[in-house]
Amino acid sequence: MVRENNTRKLKAQDTDFEVRAQDTVCVNESGLEHKWYHNIKYLIVGILFGIVFVKAEVISWFRIQEMFRLQSFHMYGIIGSAMAVGILSVWLIKKLNIKTMYGEPIAFTSKKFNKGQIYGGLIFGLGWGLTGACPGPLFAQIGMGATVVIAVLLSAVAGTWVYGKLREKLPH
Amino acid sequence: MAEFLMQPWPWYIAGPLIGLTVPALLILGNKHFGISANLRHACATCFPANIPFFKYDYKKEIWNLFFVAGIFLGGILTFWLFNHPGPVVVNPNLVKELEGYGINDYSNMVPVQLYSWENLLTGKGLAMMVGGGFLVGFGSRYAGGCTSGHAIMGLSTLQWPSLVATICFMAGGFIMANLILPVILQ
Repeated sequence: MVRENNTRKLKAQDTDFEVRAQDTVCVNESGLEHKWYHNIKYLIVGILFGIVFVKAEVISWFRIQEMFRLQSFHMYGIIGSAMAVGILSVWLIKKLNIKTMYGEPIAFTSKKFNKGQIYGGLIFGLGWGLTGACPGPLFAQIGMGATVVIAVLLSAVAGTWVYGKLREKLPH
Repeated sequence: MAEFLMQPWPWYIAGPLIGLTVPALLILGNKHFGISANLRHACATCFPANIPFFKYDYKKEIWNLFFVAGIFLGGILTFWLFNHPGPVVVNPNLVKELEGYGINDYSNMVPVQLYSWENLLTGKGLAMMVGGGFLVGFGSRYAGGCTSGHAIMGLSTLQWPSLVATICFMAGGFIMANLILPVILQ
């Protein structure tokens, strides 16, 4: 009985993982459970990240317009060098078998291709060109005092909700 | 140092720092960098409405809400501590083009002549803020991630679906900025 319960529990977790892994890039790979204050370290990384976003003008509508008109190298330099550092770090983590600070092995999941990456990508791009902000910069813009961006953010949440609602009917 | 902090930072400082977020989150707790997932967590937390897509254990993803709360605080901190007082300097061709639409205030990160509460319910305001936000939210989830999840995290782990997504992000942006936006702004 106990074993059966455990199996069922495991199965439930697995489906949950399937659902998350398929649809969202954010997959929490850690099996550890911590008290809430362990999350403060992510708050700190977020603060540093937000400061870089603002100081490099990544959150500027004007900078994004410049990028999409090929009028400046700035944003391409940022995305390109961020990618290069990311690739190098992931390679080092794999090569040196680096563990998390709690000693867990670092896990990578591979993404499966579906047509959503094309249709959704194009739709997202249209929105990015309009608002001049992807989801991250929206939070920093509000922090910078552009309170009207709260409306943009709420609208983005609504868009996500509508996607969830229509999901079964959309081509993937 | 203080002098440097006040200036806008060049790409070769900012880009690598943004890239370091990837290993930082992995080493701190096996977390995968991706911001748009928070929009989904917001739906799952506040109005799941029995939709299967919003039925999952969002409590496991609370770390990510802390992360975006940090981005928000980072915005506040920069504004109070080391905000660059001058306007955003952009390519003169863009200045000329935007001048034609009556946009010439570069004092803020957003074009304040378009982005204001008074403008929210005008045609342009609705299209840009409400419409744009909707497309960002809908599209990022449809694509399975946004710039952070696909262009930074996905490409860092050499996933070709993320390359497809990133190319489509850029294509959509090019179409909007060069073909559709000029019509909206006129």
